[in-house]
Amino acid sequence: MGSEESEVDCNETIERLYTYLDGELTDERRHEIKEHLDECAPCLGAFDFEFELRQVIANRCKDHVPESLRRRVHDAISEEERREASGRSS
Amino acid sequence: MADRGRFTELAMPHMQALYTAALRMTRNPADAEDLVQETFLKAYRAFDRYEDGTNLRAWLYKILTNTFINSYRAAKRRPEKADVEDVEDLYLYHRIGDLQSAGVGRSAEDEVFEHFTDDEVKKAIESLPEAFRIAVLLADVEGFSYKEIADITEVPIGTVMSRIHRGRKALQKALLDFAVARGLVGSTEAGH
Repeated sequence: MGSEESEVDCNETIERLYTYLDGELTDERRHEIKEHLDECAPCLGAFDFEFELRQVIANRCKDHVPESLRRRVHDAISEEERREASGRSS
Repeated sequence: MADRGRFTELAMPHMQALYTAALRMTRNPADAEDLVQETFLKAYRAFDRYEDGTNLRAWLYKILTNTFINSYRAAKRRPEKADVEDVEDLYLYHRIGDLQSAGVGRSAEDEVFEHFTDDEVKKAIESLPEAFRIAVLLADVEGFSYKEIADITEVPIGTVMSRIHRGRKALQKALLDFAVARGLVGSTEAGH
């Protein structure tokens, strides 16, 4: 396959770490980074840290919708439906 | 073309995520509620232009983001830093690591963020300048792809990547400040 010469080093791995985490690399690049991470403990440590931090950020950012807002949105849409219906029939 | 009769059934399940995003964008609950209501109303009116089977979530976020940018800029021009300080890659990881090896840390690296409260994480995101805040929010909280974020925010994909990248580093800096303030890690000064 001749992929030997495309082996990536630590600098390149760290540089591409976010893109890798985002799932936005080509299959070939992803494979190269994964191979490096499998063999390099310091880079894997950085990867694990960024991966967990991402989870924490996503999980800690949930807010409950107030019941009053649900009602407001439903009411606004019902009102719009009524207005349209009466606009069509008149 | 989408059937308006199905709007409620299809769009309402996205309200929680849209409200969360609206809160981070506006940074205040009253504005966030207005923004969500306006978004749903606009989406309802435009629903016959939504193509069935395409990404409804991204379509709703696009309306939300546009509405936020337009009404925010028109209504309240609160002066705000437009850029973020450039910090190194893996900022938080390195800083926490440094503090620990200097013997001032109190938690293992990945234990640190288990101690962050919801409020701190939200505040850290809200501390970012608008363009970075929206990019990080769409990528890290909502999980959109670079391409989707480029469509939602109507900027080139290279700009999206740069905003996410730099925004994340600035977010890490804000989180480190919280960690230091709360004594989860020692301050840099204490280590020397």
